[in-house]
Amino acid sequence: MIIGEQKPIEQILEMIGDARRIVLAGCRGCVTVCSAGGEKEVGILASVLRLAREKAQNPIEIREVALERQCDPEYLEPLRPYLDEYDGVLSIACGAGVQFVAEHYKKNMVWPGLNTNFIGVTEKQGVWTERCQSCGDCVLHLTGGICPVTRCSKSLFNGPCGGSSDGKCEISKDVPCGWQLIYDRLEALGRLEMLEAVIPAKDWSTSRDGGPRKIIREDLAV
Amino acid sequence: MSFDPKIVAICCRYCAYSAADLAGSMRLQYPDNLRIILVPCTGKTDLQYILTSMESGADGVMIAGCLEGNCHFEIGNFRARRRVERAKVLFERIGLGAERIEMYNLSAGMGTTFARIAGEFTERIRSLGPALGARPPEPGATTTLEERK
Repeated sequence: MIIGEQKPIEQILEMIGDARRIVLAGCRGCVTVCSAGGEKEVGILASVLRLAREKAQNPIEIREVALERQCDPEYLEPLRPYLDEYDGVLSIACGAGVQFVAEHYKKNMVWPGLNTNFIGVTEKQGVWTERCQSCGDCVLHLTGGICPVTRCSKSLFNGPCGGSSDGKCEISKDVPCGWQLIYDRLEALGRLEMLEAVIPAKDWSTSRDGGPRKIIREDLAV
Repeated sequence: MSFDPKIVAICCRYCAYSAADLAGSMRLQYPDNLRIILVPCTGKTDLQYILTSMESGADGVMIAGCLEGNCHFEIGNFRARRRVERAKVLFERIGLGAERIEMYNLSAGMGTTFARIAGEFTERIRSLGPALGARPPEPGATTTLEERK
């Protein structure tokens, strides 16, 4: 899922400026699971903003809403009937959701309440870590299911490098060496011979090369 | 006229709530500024409870749970303490001040302690003054989640 975290409250207050009436829109998708932008966080952030503005003798009215998703047009429609009555939308979806709200409601200010961090997993409650950089050309079948693009700090394809020490990466004692993880995994699978194959230079044209990416499924398009 | 603060006290049923009861049985005096909320464990305390208390007119919130190591649910009071720490940071950042919220640990037999901390916290909040200035908050002016309607 997409992992995000709330922006500092000072930054959110600065963004919304003197707006008197805003819609605070959460998303029931990924950001709900990572406890950053779901229904509960809508309630908490709304309370904090109201208290902050009340304290500053500049009260604000907040309409709280948690949309099913903000990255699908049909789920943005519930905003339409009343959006003109408000000064703007503070969206606590991921960056995609914030942008989609802006695209659909061109006359309304849209502010991002989250920083979108990475595609990752819940390691345990309250701890999320990165697993995928959406490079567009998955190589997990070559590396025992551990991504060298994400887990190796240098995104090496034939690691490890000389910075690997005691299973840790040289950037930090808290960061496991991605290639040590790959080695350990292949060893456990009894497939260490896979490491003898040299992985050729990666074609990064599927990644951030060429601007925003697009997928069209002709069989699904209407 | 001196400021008469409103204080929400979120109390665990296994310790602080019983301690408050004991304080009453012992005929101990403590300020009537406290509005005690009974929770099954302070681990039930949610940040939203604290914020809603403040929005509803409280000037301070105290959370009183079991002594460390004595939680009926093992770590509920530690969880509450972490949430209080988060609330303190938020309160500081929005200008309310971190002193308006505090976590206390006591046992069911510490009625005297409950009366003491109730008095201390009330005096602390009294000295800080009203949380939101002269103007009272208007929770009725806010809207709830549409899905809850």
